[in-house]
Amino acid sequence: MTQIKSLADLKAIKQSIQAKIETREKGNAEGLVHVRVAMATCGIAAGAKTIMDYMMAETDKRGMNVVFTQTGCMGYCHAEPTIEVTLPGKEPIVFGYVDTKKADEIIEKYIKDGELVDGIIPVNYETINK
Amino acid sequence: MAKFKMHLLICGGTGCNASQSQEIAQNLKNGLKDKGLENEVQVILTGCFGFCEKGPIVKVMPDNTFYTEVKPEDAREIIEEHVVKGRKVTRLLYVDPENKQQVADSKHMGFYKKQLRIALRNCGFIDPENIEEYISEDGYSALAKCLGEMKPEEVVKEIKLSGLRGRGGGGFPTGLKWEIAAGNHADQKYVVCNADEGDPGAFMDRSILEGDPHSVIEAMAINGYAIGATKGLVYIRAEYPLAIKRLLTALEQARTFGLLGKDIFGSGFDFDIELRYGAGAFVCGEETALIHSMEGMRGEPTFKPPFPAQEGYNKKPTNVNNVETYANIPIIINKGAEWFNKIGTEKSKGTKVFALAGQINNVGLIEVPMGITLREIIYEIGGGIKDGRQFKAVQTGGPSGGCLTSAHLDTPIDYDNLIAVGSMMGSGGMVVMDETSCMVAIAKFYLEFTVEESCGKCSPCRIGNKRLYEILEKITKGNGTMEDLDNLANLSRVIKDTALCGLGQTSPNPVLSTIENFYDEYVEHIKDKKCRAGVCKSLMQYVVDPVACVGCTACARNCPVNAIQGEKKMPHVISTELCIKCGACIEKCKFGAISIQ
Ligand SMILES: Cc1cc2nc3c(=O)[nH]c(=O)nc-3n(C[C@H](O)[C@H](O)[C@H](O)COP(=O)(O)O)c2cc1C
Ligand code: SF4
Ligand code: SF4
Ligand code: SF4
Ligand code: FES
Ligand code: FES
Repeated sequence: MTQIKSLADLKAIKQSIQAKIETREKGNAEGLVHVRVAMATCGIAAGAKTIMDYMMAETDKRGMNVVFTQTGCMGYCHAEPTIEVTLPGKEPIVFGYVDTKKADEIIEKYIKDGELVDGIIPVNYETINK
Repeated sequence: MAKFKMHLLICGGTGCNASQSQEIAQNLKNGLKDKGLENEVQVILTGCFGFCEKGPIVKVMPDNTFYTEVKPEDAREIIEEHVVKGRKVTRLLYVDPENKQQVADSKHMGFYKKQLRIALRNCGFIDPENIEEYISEDGYSALAKCLGEMKPEEVVKEIKLSGLRGRGGGGFPTGLKWEIAAGNHADQKYVVCNADEGDPGAFMDRSILEGDPHSVIEAMAINGYAIGATKGLVYIRAEYPLAIKRLLTALEQARTFGLLGKDIFGSGFDFDIELRYGAGAFVCGEETALIHSMEGMRGEPTFKPPFPAQEGYNKKPTNVNNVETYANIPIIINKGAEWFNKIGTEKSKGTKVFALAGQINNVGLIEVPMGITLREIIYEIGGGIKDGRQFKAVQTGGPSGGCLTSAHLDTPIDYDNLIAVGSMMGSGGMVVMDETSCMVAIAKFYLEFTVEESCGKCSPCRIGNKRLYEILEKITKGNGTMEDLDNLANLSRVIKDTALCGLGQTSPNPVLSTIENFYDEYVEHIKDKKCRAGVCKSLMQYVVDPVACVGCTACARNCPVNAIQGEKKMPHVISTELCIKCGACIEKCKFGAISIQ
């Protein structure tokens, strides 16, 4: 181990393990955009995992601070993969049939600017995951 | 490095550790591997979440799911349901004591809502055995700032401005203490961390050392720089093996990283820390006794002055601070005195960690802003009194403190208010009592502790406390007189005024405050020979209800001393003189005719 000799050295360490701890910090933070990805059997089969990975990587690349969590069946098996996006202070909005193209649109328009895009499913469920 | 999608935080504090958190962590890791998820989900053993009663705790981040009473065999379900399918394992969720509803995440738990975590900021969040995690939470940047940008006097000034006061009991202004130590010149000075934590039931300091040892190490180095000391000592009780282990690991890592040792941050400042182990005597937490004990002498207090800041360890200027006091330092340096200053009351800044215990729904370790009320602590954080019973009193300050009553429920809690109502902050014990507690017996309990722990050096404490105890014993046995009550109060005042050290000077507080707040209860014990809480056994009487009694003779046949008389099929009578209160009759009566009054 090289010795730490300056604030810059400390920052370098902080940076290097940021990826390790960031997800945890986001859980504590207030006022972040929250994306929940339905990961029940049908969701995974329909590619929810790929979408989650894609969105995590993309929001990161674009320097956006978004919390991703998984959730169980949201009751829209027909429209999988589904994701629910909650902007701070707003009602959650559910999008269906999300593919990477749609995900990109959601990131660019809805998450970035709060502009609605197609594919919204009316919310009709209540789960303990709230 | 790939980013982890999810973190499973398992409490590795002493409480949860004892109930198999290591196995849980191992099972979770194995389970993740089986699913090929070990690079997507991270498993970490953290420090205490403060919810030890319901441990082991597993917290899932970033969704803040809070699982309680997890068993190693639950690991599979957590992985298969929560991690893979995103479905929370509802049976493991915390259940709100009020409305019996499951609470999905810790942000919605009453226990955490009113808390403000400063000293405990990293407890239950980072891996205490990994210095990099501490660094990623801005660890050691306060030390870097002090060494790189601030003169020692500026550090002292910042701490002074913050208004931080000692968390070890006395509440002495920390900045002022540092200033005095800085002003005393010598070839060698020392910084000592007091981790003796002798209050019965207290575990604040242990939890900090187990959950965030680096915060204390960093603070001690800052303290050393501020006062001109190059050596630090932690006095820790040997009964804290896990805290010692984590501290030793942390020290090793800090040295490897060059954050302890020679020329830290290339500033020319040297500092290192050693541990000293205490045998666990309460009086050794008193700073002069602690210093003597570290010097290899008997752990007995000596008269102050000289104060440790003048003549301490090895007769050199020594600054003694408590663990929790230290845990506040790095964040004050980083965020500034002004930030800290805004939290709390006029003369008590910041937060205080309490070990909340007793007859309350949520017991555990809590950190609250100064100025919070007892009502908020008991009914919001604590979830109310157990089994819907009535609140009666709260004991703070342990054997040195006193009781607060329902009259004080809305008093903002800070150093000065607690003293004004006859108690004290102490190191942070907080025991909530309901109507089933007898206040005379409570006073007796604390006196028994003091008598046991008195070092015996001065007579007011050695003999006086013994007498206090004997009088209390007499009253709980039903032999007290009103004169005894006066004697209790008078003797208490004498001990307070004449004892040599803080132990003796505060030991009568539990007596005085219970007399003050529960005078009627003392009088009842003395005049009516009655203990309304039903705690003092000698004052209880077994009586037969003549209406309910069918005369089955079962009780009489089972009484070991033949205290029960009566004809078959006729009501029976218990002779109070003969009865030895063994309780056998109550168990035998199938008709519920016998009761204790
Ligand atoms: C009988 C007795 C026991 C004490 N026990 C402790 C203890 O366990 N931990 C502690 O930090 N301070 C304890 N103190 C207070 C110390 O003497 C000292 O004031 C304190 O460590 C100073 O640190 P602080 O200013 O940061 O609170 C005790 C004092 C007395 C009189
Ligand atoms: S007050 Fe008690 S503990 Fe303190 S020196 Fe006297 S005898 Fe010892
Ligand atoms: S309590 Fe014991 S001694 Fe007293 S009357 Fe009942 S059985 Fe007899
Ligand atoms: S056991 Fe109960 S009912 Fe029977 S004689 Fe005793 S008091 Fe009466
Ligand atoms: S399992 Fe996916 S919506 Fe039902
Ligand atoms: S030891 Fe696990 S919550 Fe306290």
